[in-house]
Amino acid sequence: MSDKRANNSKIVKRLLLTVAGMFAFGFALVPLYNVFCEVTGFNGRTNNEPAAVSQHEVDKSRTVRVQFITRTAQGIPWKFEPEIKEVRVHPGEVRVVNFLAANPTPDDMVAQAIPSIAPAEASLYLNKVECFCFNQQPLAAGNDAKMPMQFYIDPDIPAHITTFTLSYTLYDMTANATPEALALLESTE
Amino acid sequence: MSTVVDDHNHEAHHDHKPSGITRWLFTTNHKDIGSMYLWFSLIMFFVGGAMAMVIRAELFQPGLQLVEPQFFNQMTTVHGLVMIFGAVMPAFTGLANWMVPMMIGAPDMALPRMNNWSFWILPFAFVILLSSLFMEGGGPDFGWTFYAPLSTTYSNDSTALFVFAVHIMGISSIMGAINVIVTIINMRAPGMTYMKMPLFVWTWLITAFLLIAVMPVLAGAVTMVLTDKYFGTSFFNAAGGGDPVMFQHIFWFFGHPEVYIMILPSFGIISAIIPTFSRKKLFGYSSMVYATASIAILSFLVWAHHMFTTGMPVFAELFFMYCTMLIAVPTGVKVFNWVATMWRGAISFEVPMLFALAFVILFTIGGFSGVMLAMTPVDFQYHDTYFVVAHFHYVLVTGAIFSVMAASYYWLPKWTGHMYDTTLARLHFWCSLISVNVLFFPMHFAGLAGMPRRIPDYAVQFADINQITSIGGFAFGLSQLLFLWLVIKCARGGEKATAKPWDGAEGLEWTVPSPAPYHTFETPPKVE
Repeated sequence: MSDKRANNSKIVKRLLLTVAGMFAFGFALVPLYNVFCEVTGFNGRTNNEPAAVSQHEVDKSRTVRVQFITRTAQGIPWKFEPEIKEVRVHPGEVRVVNFLAANPTPDDMVAQAIPSIAPAEASLYLNKVECFCFNQQPLAAGNDAKMPMQFYIDPDIPAHITTFTLSYTLYDMTANATPEALALLESTE
Repeated sequence: MSTVVDDHNHEAHHDHKPSGITRWLFTTNHKDIGSMYLWFSLIMFFVGGAMAMVIRAELFQPGLQLVEPQFFNQMTTVHGLVMIFGAVMPAFTGLANWMVPMMIGAPDMALPRMNNWSFWILPFAFVILLSSLFMEGGGPDFGWTFYAPLSTTYSNDSTALFVFAVHIMGISSIMGAINVIVTIINMRAPGMTYMKMPLFVWTWLITAFLLIAVMPVLAGAVTMVLTDKYFGTSFFNAAGGGDPVMFQHIFWFFGHPEVYIMILPSFGIISAIIPTFSRKKLFGYSSMVYATASIAILSFLVWAHHMFTTGMPVFAELFFMYCTMLIAVPTGVKVFNWVATMWRGAISFEVPMLFALAFVILFTIGGFSGVMLAMTPVDFQYHDTYFVVAHFHYVLVTGAIFSVMAASYYWLPKWTGHMYDTTLARLHFWCSLISVNVLFFPMHFAGLAGMPRRIPDYAVQFADINQITSIGGFAFGLSQLLFLWLVIKCARGGEKATAKPWDGAEGLEWTVPSPAPYHTFETPPKVE
């Protein structure tokens, strides 16, 4: 009987370790998911650090249509739209597209734009050299701003991707503003 | 239920137990705990059922008649939570507590004190969950799947109570699962090798491993929802760098194995009942074991079929589609084995067999609609419609719940020592069988025609179908009162049951008298 008891506690210990391990695994799924998305382009994320300026030859033989969509999340009544709804670019060619934002409210606000690409596969080939989405964007009450986004498409982009859509959702981050954004906000006043 | 037949018990002096409430509070006896689990599950079945009645009453006509939309959402959410974590899972744990030690010739569960704890924290979890319905702002209203951001950004103040309730339910299930595993590994009678164990024991062993693997992931998911909502983290908040789609991946990594947690023990029950009333050995015992194990392994590879419309790459959609369809193979093995068991058997139609046969047919219908939903292109049409509701109610009500009913009718004489009123039982069966199909079958058509789920109002062209569905729902709900009455009647008295009331039954549980003495197999039986 005492042998069996020892044996019981051994199994229980192993099972409890498994439970703890699976609880940790649940949280480990978060970084794993991020790495997975980065590697496969799954879920259409873009680079959030500036990419190196294009060293590629421009591939004049084909053009890719890039469409822009903007929307604002709940609680941020800004005007937010692209200057141009779509562009046709050659792979390797560097382009700038401006996005216009206006804060019609009587309050100073800080916003963050979150990009997403459909089809997700295209996100592997979009390189942003400069983007307003890399940082929080402050706007004083009643002000507007022209926010640039500079990008090029990797010439390795598969032939079957002829069009993709880049969408930005603007979120209100006034309550969680970074010090840099707040400093910018003060300098404009 | 608790009376002891002394003349069959050679160790009657060990048999005394405290009386009154302390017996139930402090008991470490697997039969007492099993009974408490089963009663708890039955109570929760009626609580969740009452919520279903509210839902069906509101949907009886188009437009908003009885309840506010937000309360309707709370009803669909809490109905799901109560039925899954309060009715189906505790029913299976209760059956495991009662039957696993008796089936493997063990005197009790391996960890009796933990067993007491794993039951007694459960009522507290449900008091917390149900009381949140009466709070200002109401209870959880984001669906039992609590997708972010519905459960984070847009949820009401009671969300913390929901999270803690789910934590407690999870801890209870994990402790129950650990107990089952240790019992089966260590407490088998001499000669009871793994491949001689009854299939109910086998399916529960595999279920217990699934529970241990995925309940902690659910605990992680609710914890992330908690910190996102109250502590400013951004696991699922895109603005802060998180991803709401990731919530669905984590949730369904738990959620899909969870649906097999709710059906594998049913397979074990049906594999006990069909051979008994066909008076033949189970056809393909070892293939049943392997099929159960394959279903359990495959269940970890199919979670994203719940998410075909989230914009996954085509490759991922194909992968999850094929893996999902692959599950139909081991499931088909099981269904064919049950049919082959009945083939040329001397079949008789006692009540447990009626429920088992209804299970085989209706669960298979649910399986077929599952294969339809597995196909990515058509899933875009069916997603979030009543077709999905019809599918999972066929597998959970006519699958899991019918198997629990079958198990109850099969083992009630062993538990209570009395034969139940078979006329009443047959009435319960036929009322349930007809009403459950009136209830759920038309939902397929409502879904194919495009009626969305979890909406309190609907377009007028769905009125007739919803009226039929609601009538079926009320009838099914009322039919279950027959079951309650029957169980109470059987617990209180009736014709004395013999040790083996079913002539074709096999297994160690039928070698002890009915009702099963408080302590059984204190000296292990010898298994050939």
